[in-house]
Amino acid sequence: MDWINNFVGGLTAGQQFALFSLLKVVIVIFGAVLPIVAYAVLVERKVSAFIQDRVGPNRSAPFFVKYLPVVGPFLVRLGIFQPLADGLKFILKEDFTPSHVRKVYFWIAPAIAMVPAMLALAVIPFGSTLGNQKMVIADLNVGILYTFGIVSLGVYGLVLAGYASNSKFSFLGGIRSSAQMISYEIAMGMSVIPLFMLVGDLNLSKVIEYQAGTTLGFIPNWLVFKQPIAFVIFLVAAFAETNRLPFDLPEAETELVGGYHTEYSSMKFALFFLGEYTAMVAASAMMVVLFFGGWTLPFAGLDHPAATFIMGFAHIGIFVAKMLALMVVFIWVRWMLPRFRYDQLMDLGWRRFVPLALANIVLTAVVLWAQNAK
Amino acid sequence: MIVKRAKLSFWERLYVPALLGGLQVTWKHFRRTLFGGKAVTMEYPEQKWVVPEGYRGAPYLVRDQTGDTKCVSCQLCEFVCPPKAIKIIPPGPAGQPADRANAEKMPREFEINMLRCIFCGFCQEVCPEEAIFLQRDYSLTGLSRGEMIYDKEKLLALGGTHAGVQKWKDKLDEAKEQETFPVKG
Repeated sequence: MDWINNFVGGLTAGQQFALFSLLKVVIVIFGAVLPIVAYAVLVERKVSAFIQDRVGPNRSAPFFVKYLPVVGPFLVRLGIFQPLADGLKFILKEDFTPSHVRKVYFWIAPAIAMVPAMLALAVIPFGSTLGNQKMVIADLNVGILYTFGIVSLGVYGLVLAGYASNSKFSFLGGIRSSAQMISYEIAMGMSVIPLFMLVGDLNLSKVIEYQAGTTLGFIPNWLVFKQPIAFVIFLVAAFAETNRLPFDLPEAETELVGGYHTEYSSMKFALFFLGEYTAMVAASAMMVVLFFGGWTLPFAGLDHPAATFIMGFAHIGIFVAKMLALMVVFIWVRWMLPRFRYDQLMDLGWRRFVPLALANIVLTAVVLWAQNAK
Repeated sequence: MIVKRAKLSFWERLYVPALLGGLQVTWKHFRRTLFGGKAVTMEYPEQKWVVPEGYRGAPYLVRDQTGDTKCVSCQLCEFVCPPKAIKIIPPGPAGQPADRANAEKMPREFEINMLRCIFCGFCQEVCPEEAIFLQRDYSLTGLSRGEMIYDKEKLLALGGTHAGVQKWKDKLDEAKEQETFPVKG
C-alpha cells in the first residue's frame, strides 16, 4: 500500500484528479455497467420465462462446470453462463454489411446509440465517499441538465441507423423513435422541474442530500413521496426513452421486423442491444437518485456520507440494490401491457403528460410560495 | 360491422385498473413458475413425450409370432411411397428362400430412408401381408445421412414381433387340416 500512497502523494492535484477519474470510469463502465447489462439480459430472459410459465435459459455450461460438484449444476440451471455464451456469439458472428446501406452512417450509428447511454452515467452519484474520493465520476453543478442533454443524443443513433440502413422497416423504426423520443423528452424534462424547485440545486449530490432523513419518523424523505405525479410521468417517460415495452415502437418486432436494427448483425447489433440496456441502467440510476434517495437509507446512519470504507461500500451496495430493483420493474412491466398504438403514444405524451407536468410545476410553485409566505 | 366502444370511466382511462390487473396476473404466473415449479416446459432430452397409443411414427418391419419375416417383397409399399423413401431389392430367381413356409420370397434388402419418410402410413395401409407398421418412435437421430437409411436388419430389430396381427395363422391351420384325408367338415 505504501508505494501506492507515495505514488499518489507525489502527483499534483490535477494529476490526481485525472487518475481517479480514469479509475472511476474504468471501474464503473467495465466493472459494473457492462456486467450489469449482460446479466440484465439474463434476468430479462429468466423473468420473462417465469411469467410465461417457461424455464428460461438453463443449459449453457462451460467445461469447468463438471468439476464443481453441487454448485455447478445449480449455476447452470440459473443460466449464469448464458451471457458469456451470448457475448461470444455476438463477437464470432459474421459482421455483415448489406450492399444497399449508406456505409459511413451505418458504421457510426451503433456507436452513437451506445455512447450517450454510457455518458449519462457520468453524473450519477453511485455512492457517498470511499476514502476522500466522492463516488461520482463528474460532480457537475448542472448534473440534470447534462443528463437530459446527453440522453436526447441517443435518438441520433436510432435515427441514423434507420436512415443508413436504407430499408423500409429500419426507416419506419427511425422515424418512430425520433417522434417518440422528442415527445417524451419534453414530458420527462418538465416532470423533474418540481424536484429542483424543492431541492433548490441542480447538482445530483445535493438532490440526494435533500432526501436524507425521515418525515413523521418512518416515511423516508424520498421525493417519490413528495412528488408522486412527477415520478409517474418520469417513469412512463423513462420507458418511452429507453424503448421498452409498452413503448417499443421503434423496434416493434411484430410490425417492423427489428425496426431500426433490422439490417444489423453481429457486434454492431450487439452495440444497439447493449445501448438499450445501458440506457435502462442509466434511467434506473437516474430514478434512484431523483426519487428514491440515491445511496441513502433512512436508518442506521446510512443517510450521511460514509466515514469508513465499509460504509462507503455499503452505500454503493444500497445504490446498486435500488437500481436493480427498478430494473426488475422495467422487465416485469414488459409482460404486463400490450404495445401502444402510435397515435395513442403521441396522445399520451403530448395531451396527457405535458399538461400534467405543467400543472404539477404550478402546483408545486403555489405550495412553495404558500409555505414561504408564512 | 360497427363495434361499439364501451365508454370508460375516468378511473379506467387512467390505465390504473389495467396496470393493477396486469401486475396481478404476471406476478401470479411468476410465483407459480418460480416457487411452485409449474413450468409447462418439457426439458427434452431428459424428459420425453410419451406418445399416445396409435401414434403414427416411424415405419418399421415386423416379424410374425414365430419370428419369421412377414414381408414377401411385393414392392407395393415402394410403389405407393410418396417421397420414395423405401427401396426394396427382391431376392431374384435364385435368391434366399423366405423364412416362412407359406411365402414364396422375402426381400434381399429393404431400406427406408428416414430423412425422406414423411410418416404418412401409406406403406402400412397398402401392405397385403401386414408386414410394416408405423410405430411410436418420433425422434430419429443420426450423425450422417448414411446412418439415417435404415436397412432390413435394423428395421426388423426395431419393429419387433407383431403377434397381435396374425393374418395367415388361420389360413395355415386350415391348410394343414386339409392335408389329412378325409377332410374334416
